[in-house]
Parts: sequence; C-alpha cells; structure tokens
Amino acid sequence: MFAEIWELVFDFVKAFAVGGLICMIAQVVINLTDLTAGKILVTFLLAGVVLQGLGLYQKLVDFAGAGATVPISGFGYLLAKGAMQGAEEGWFGAVTGAFSAASAGVTAAVIFSLIMAFLFKAKTKKN
Amino acid sequence: MTGKDNENFNQNYIDYVHSFDPPTKHFKNCLRAFLVGGLICTIGQFLRVIFEEALGLSGDELAGTVSIALIFLGTLLTGLGVYDRIGKHAGAGSIVPITGFANSVCSPAMEFKTEGYVYGMAAKMFIVAGPIIVFGALSGTIVGLLYLLL
Repeated sequence: MFAEIWELVFDFVKAFAVGGLICMIAQVVINLTDLTAGKILVTFLLAGVVLQGLGLYQKLVDFAGAGATVPISGFGYLLAKGAMQGAEEGWFGAVTGAFSAASAGVTAAVIFSLIMAFLFKAKTKKN
Repeated sequence: MTGKDNENFNQNYIDYVHSFDPPTKHFKNCLRAFLVGGLICTIGQFLRVIFEEALGLSGDELAGTVSIALIFLGTLLTGLGVYDRIGKHAGAGSIVPITGFANSVCSPAMEFKTEGYVYGMAAKMFIVAGPIIVFGALSGTIVGLLYLLL
C-alpha cells in the first residue's frame, strides 16, 4: 500500500520535473533568440516528431507520463507514432496515420474554441 | 578626455550595467516557465490517474482523453480571460503545454468574431495553429514514408 502511494507521488514529481524542464528549455530559447510563440510551438512540435522518429521520445513518455505528452513536443510524438503505426499497414496508413492520431487534439481545439468564442467576448487589451 | 575615450567609457559602462541585469531576468523567466509548465503537466498527470481509475481508460484512449480535457480547460480559461493573465508571467510555461495550443486557437477566434463568422472567426482561428498543422502534416508524412521505405 505504502509502495503504491509512493509510486503515485513519484509519478507526479516526474511529470512536474520533465514537463517543467521542457517549458524551461523553451523559455531559454525565447530569452536567447526572441522567437515568437508560434515559432516556438512549431520548433518543439518538430523536435517531438524527430525524437520519436528516432524512437527516443517514447522513452521519455514511459518515464514521465503527462510530463512528456502534455507539452507540444508530445503532440509531435503523437504524430510520428501514428505515422509509424500507419506505415506498418502500407502507404495509405503512412500518409493518414499522423493525423488520425492527432485528430482528437485538433478537433477538440477547434470545437471548444468555437464554443468559447460564441460564449465569451474578447477582453479589451489594456497594454 | 577625447570623444573616442568617452565613447569607450560609455560602452564599457553599458556593458557593465548589462552584465548585471540579464541573468537575473532570464533566471526568473526560466523559473516561472518551469513552475507553471510543470504544474500544467502535473494537472495532466492527475487527470490521467483519475480517468484511468474512474473510466477504466488506457493507452491512446487515455492520452487522448487527457488532451481533450486539458484543451477544454485551456479554451475555458482563455474565454474567461484568465489564461492571458497567466501567460504574462509564465512565458513559455503557458505556451508550450497543449493548453497553450488551445489558447492559440481560441484567442484569435474570440478576437476576430467581430469580423464575421467565416472570414473572421473561422479563418483567423488558425493564425497561430495553422503553421502547427502545416508542419505537423509535412513532418508526419515524411516520418511515415521514411518508415515505410526503410
């Protein structure tokens, strides 16, 4: 029982540390290069795709759970993983696999954004 | 003192001053990004445990449901105007997690609603997320085809 609770707590610590570290690396890049938010997102997405393409990101996901899947690099991981799984079935899967895996995230972002845009008005920016 | 010496002196002074300010600011930014980013991921891990125990989900379904829940929270906080306030302090800590992706879709959708539903809200929605879709499709297809060939 004690071991189980300890393991659960340790999972949270790992998610916090790895997720925080990925965001901190992004912040260091922003500080040094003044990249905009959009470019940072694309850079980390591609980093996730490449790392999973090499089979490395899966190890980080196994270790840190949500700490590795929640940052945008985890979205890239999902794309690459889907593409490689699809490729097992042939060329059609290789082309459609990435977005099959990512469709949950993209669809959710679009649908919820539409709902929120209907419900709320944009706040006037003060600065 | 000649003009050139004076210039050098000024430059030296500016360098001296700058040698003090950036590290502290960088350190503070990085610490905030670490704490906020870590916290969002910890919330993700918390949802993971809950969905696993309560709904019996596992694998891709579990990860997808957690993403959807976080995206919902991200858009809701954006709608309420809270997320942008977090973002002012957290920097990359609020941009890089999936909630930041949700924010980047929701925020222009709300802002450009006044320009109409089709060319305003629907089109401008992808002003930041568009490149993510484009480069995601490109890199995903390359990985898939490479994996097929190799």
